[in-house]
Amino acid sequence: MTKAITVSGLHKSFGSTHALDGLDLDVETGEVHGFLGPNGAGKSTTIRVLLGLLRADSGATQLLGRDPWTDAVELHRRIAYVPGDVTLWRNLSGGEVIDLYGRLRGGLDKTRRADLVERFELDPTKKGRTYSKGNRQKVALVAAFASDVDLLILDEPTSGLDPLMEEVFQSCVEEERDRGRTILLSSHILSEVEELCDRVSIIRKGRTVESGSLTQLRHLTRTSVTAELAGPPNGLAALPGVHDLDVQGGRVKLQVESDKLNAVLRSLTESGVRSLTSTPPTLEELFLRHYQEDVRAEAVSR
Amino acid sequence: MTAVASGARFGVRAGGSRQLAGTWTLLRLALRRDRVMIPVWVAVIGLMVVSMPGSLESVYSTAAERADVARQMLTNSSLRAMYGPVFGDSVGGLVAWRIGTYAGVFAGIMSLLIVVRHTRDEEESGRQEMVSAGMVGRRAPLTSALLAALVANAGLALIITGGLAGQGSSGALALGLGTAGVGMVFATMAAIVAQLTESARLAKGLTGGLLGAAFVLRAAGDSSVTDGSSVLTWLSPVGWLENLRSFADERWWVLLLFAAAVALQGLIAYDLAGRRDVGMSFLPTRPGPASGRLGTAWALAWRLQRGSVLGWGLGFLAAGVAFGGITTGATDLVGDNERTREIIERMGGQSGITDAFLATMVGMLGMVAALYVVQSVLRLHAEETSQRAEPILANAVGRLRWASGHLLIAFGGATLIMLVGGLGLALGYGQDLPTILGACLVQLPAIWTIGGLAVLLHGVSPTVAPGAWGVAGAALLLGWIGPALDLPNALLDLSPFGHLPKLPGGDMTWTPVLVLTAIAVALVGVGLGALRRRDITT
Repeated sequence: MTKAITVSGLHKSFGSTHALDGLDLDVETGEVHGFLGPNGAGKSTTIRVLLGLLRADSGATQLLGRDPWTDAVELHRRIAYVPGDVTLWRNLSGGEVIDLYGRLRGGLDKTRRADLVERFELDPTKKGRTYSKGNRQKVALVAAFASDVDLLILDEPTSGLDPLMEEVFQSCVEEERDRGRTILLSSHILSEVEELCDRVSIIRKGRTVESGSLTQLRHLTRTSVTAELAGPPNGLAALPGVHDLDVQGGRVKLQVESDKLNAVLRSLTESGVRSLTSTPPTLEELFLRHYQEDVRAEAVSR
Repeated sequence: MTAVASGARFGVRAGGSRQLAGTWTLLRLALRRDRVMIPVWVAVIGLMVVSMPGSLESVYSTAAERADVARQMLTNSSLRAMYGPVFGDSVGGLVAWRIGTYAGVFAGIMSLLIVVRHTRDEEESGRQEMVSAGMVGRRAPLTSALLAALVANAGLALIITGGLAGQGSSGALALGLGTAGVGMVFATMAAIVAQLTESARLAKGLTGGLLGAAFVLRAAGDSSVTDGSSVLTWLSPVGWLENLRSFADERWWVLLLFAAAVALQGLIAYDLAGRRDVGMSFLPTRPGPASGRLGTAWALAWRLQRGSVLGWGLGFLAAGVAFGGITTGATDLVGDNERTREIIERMGGQSGITDAFLATMVGMLGMVAALYVVQSVLRLHAEETSQRAEPILANAVGRLRWASGHLLIAFGGATLIMLVGGLGLALGYGQDLPTILGACLVQLPAIWTIGGLAVLLHGVSPTVAPGAWGVAGAALLLGWIGPALDLPNALLDLSPFGHLPKLPGGDMTWTPVLVLTAIAVALVGVGLGALRRRDITT
């Protein structure tokens, strides 16, 4: 598969602030790629570099096989972008804005536009100043999904949408994937990412700290195990990769690094297992682990 | 469209491909957004100029009368400072003298507003980011903004040329092109300033300040010589317009100055725009304090408006010093003329003409201060329509408390800038400080009345609030141009400024001062009452 986006060693500073500090990002053609990170990690800066709005200080960036800075205009024919905070012109109607953005890209699919307006329950005749936050997002989403493009870059696109509209958004993303389009989705709604994304990249302080499919990421992390045993556990604490062990009589709770799970299970069965639950980490836990490490590291360095 | 094609080639050389792509679409967007604003500006300025010949002909019906008034106007240096020298005593020549400078200044204001609105405003609001994510070249936003200004100025040139063609087609063409030329000089100047500041408000203020400085340079230059040849006048784009000498043996080569200034400033703006990222600026905002002491709605209002009050204050001080400085010279020159000397002596001697001039200047400051008071009162309107008022009013802050902070700054600020302007006049003139300050204070009831009208309009409905600009503008036009046109008194009396005693020099009459103050208080009271009862815009 060819790559839709390749970024390696991307650096960008604003004065003395290093917004991007050697960021890497690979997005395959046709996948939905989750782009995660805490506030201020550099997600929006990366997206602005990808859109040719900011000029990178150093590093290699390619979008659909071309350079986002020098070939910006040609590339933008094939890209639709939705920011997290859409601002509209006060005296233009939503419909006018949708068509404007269509003209500024590769064009609009009229039938799809009508279909999307209906599904998102948007009134396109209202003026920009009268739309609520969620409705302004809808204007940008309709314009993006109705555009005839190869790559969608969505930066927290669903902020302000109600749960019903969130569902419409998710089905739209799935349709886009089925049509072979690539989507880069930056979002803080982890259930959304878990539902939609084939692969994710997690960034922190302008660097990529984790990248891969959710299965791969889970493999790298710990599984929580809760078991009720016939007898007291034996030698669990000494096993490699076991953390947060909590034993109360025959009841055992622990976290284990996913590749060390086998030895733990063997040790548990030796004591006789009455019940056993094993949960893979949720994306939320994965995410929090990275962020908390960040906080801890900062606490230590101080 | 040819501009797009040739610009694209230029773009490739400058690095990056198709830098002007999307210009046409963005220009259509700009004109669609400004479908009301641009036609109104163009029509008002155009009509102001085009209606001049008829009015002048009715006042000075014979050639002899016109020649007489032209001679008188030329010898008075204070009138030269206000309007520029008279180059021709034909009706067209008098039109160019009377209104040319102001048409140029208004075209400049219109142009700078258009350009900042479609450049820095767009970046500040974040809309530019989504637009630039489309097929939009890096030079397209600035180019479309300048083209929108060009469309507006071309429309203005067309109206002036067509409307004055009866007075001589080459003079009409010169005045039309010159007015548009001033407009485009300030359009490109705004394009530069918009690259430097992060806030659109500041960009508009700074460019407006430069426009004011250009006017003052011209005024200072014209007060010293009678043929517009002063270096100061040549330094000011506003001064080039009079030196074009429309309707008086036009000097067409002056148009090259406009072209050169537009080209040079345009190049600088494009160069600066190419060196920065979208949304960034060369004068980045400094970081603010990590914790703040603002604790009341009044403190917030002051924090929001203090920059504006400071700017207006400095402007009034500078204008006061400049006009005060030409006062003595003005009266000396007038004194040399045999016939005017007679008139002056009938008016009360040398001090009479000095007082009359000072009174005119004080009146001018007052009318301009009316613009300040409207701007300041309408800050309420801006806060409300941008939804910043809503979260404030959701706290333990009543509507009256919220509004009163801004109104205090509006009405108190007007007092302050009039005093500062009077101080400047007295400093420039070198004497009579108490008299001049008193005269400045007498202007306040009229200023407050217009401010009160703004409060009333905003109180009734936010949609009609911007109409207060129309009121202040009309008062300004009546005061500036009304007397020369010999308009009926009933019309002149519509302006609150028309009722005030002419000070210094005239007799102080308390009735109009007290009545206007009472009217202002009533307007504010009714406006605030209405504000308490109506819905807040969401």
